[in-house]
Amino acid sequence: MKVMIGGAVKPGTTRVNKTGGWRNFRPLYHKDKCVKCGLCSLLCPDSSIQEQEDKYVIFDYDYCKGCGICANECPKDAIEMVLEEK
Amino acid sequence: MSRLAPGHRGCAGCCDAIAANFVLEAVGDDAIIVNPTGCLEVMTTPYPESAWEVPWIHSLFENTAPVASGIEAALRALGRKGDTKVIAMGGDGATVDIGILGISGTFERGDDITYVCIDNEAYMNTGVQRSGATPFNASTSTSPPGSQSFGNSRPKKNMPAIIAAHGSPYVATTSISYPKDMMRKVKKAVDIEGATYIHTHAPCATGWRFDTSKTIEIGKLAVETALWPLYEMEDGEITSVRKVKKPKPVEEYLKAQGRFKHLFTMEGGKEEISKIQDIANWNIEHYGLL
Repeated sequence: MKVMIGGAVKPGTTRVNKTGGWRNFRPLYHKDKCVKCGLCSLLCPDSSIQEQEDKYVIFDYDYCKGCGICANECPKDAIEMVLEEK
Repeated sequence: MSRLAPGHRGCAGCCDAIAANFVLEAVGDDAIIVNPTGCLEVMTTPYPESAWEVPWIHSLFENTAPVASGIEAALRALGRKGDTKVIAMGGDGATVDIGILGISGTFERGDDITYVCIDNEAYMNTGVQRSGATPFNASTSTSPPGSQSFGNSRPKKNMPAIIAAHGSPYVATTSISYPKDMMRKVKKAVDIEGATYIHTHAPCATGWRFDTSKTIEIGKLAVETALWPLYEMEDGEITSVRKVKKPKPVEEYLKAQGRFKHLFTMEGGKEEISKIQDIANWNIEHYGLL
């Protein structure tokens, strides 16, 4: 491994580490219930819920650790946590 | 808008990641972050990777605020200050215990930086040891309840008051459970010239022992029971307070967390809970929360 001067590293490089494998429960999105408030996306500690142009969201299962904050905080119960099957 | 990149090693439901994201969303891309050792540092920058997408530097516990001061001075000396915001972001151990000397210097000089304390009330990164910010009667690995005690024997150190006593133009308490309130205060802090301070309450699922989905819920309970008052201080005076209309009994906050579980099972626990209620009552009175 080549160490850069000052131990500098490139920005955003943790993306190589797919944390989705940590997940026990998977968020299931009920788009019909979603009111596009964006709270889930704002709160997600893993930046794994992206708002689309139409304000509906998509989940990034490559990184989602399945913490369940999105489902717990959703004011419309539009997100349900289901057991991950591998 | 520069949130932390995914792939960082924070636990599921991590409060530090949420707090850092709110700071980044409030401040925008033109920021330089100074980060002492702690959960936020180790989880975001496992060498040779980094989750940060703004300039970021790792400092020692002791010199986080002075490093920020130095960066701000360097930007001025080079004529490159512009609108760039210099923000130090440390945990409670780095802030109220180990780094307090350097922080005091920065606030005494009034350097144009913002210090954000992400307070999850113990040294989580090394295995939940108590800090000066650990609340009264919380169980940690160095304050276990037993025949001689009910857990941590001292109340939380009042760090915002210590900073305000330095003559800081702006000190505010926030919680990651109130994102809009927190982002507004962070934006206000970085826009005010001088050394400003944000102390944010951040519930840690791992250290406080609750389900990872409850991070935000627990933080709300801390505010609703008046154990974590939200207020702003300008030039040493309290200028705004978030009211709590009907404060909930502290039991509702305590029973939701493993670190207070012993208060509900040990003999004499009831009296200990009433002492915690006294702390909430003091907050209600002192900060005028009703």
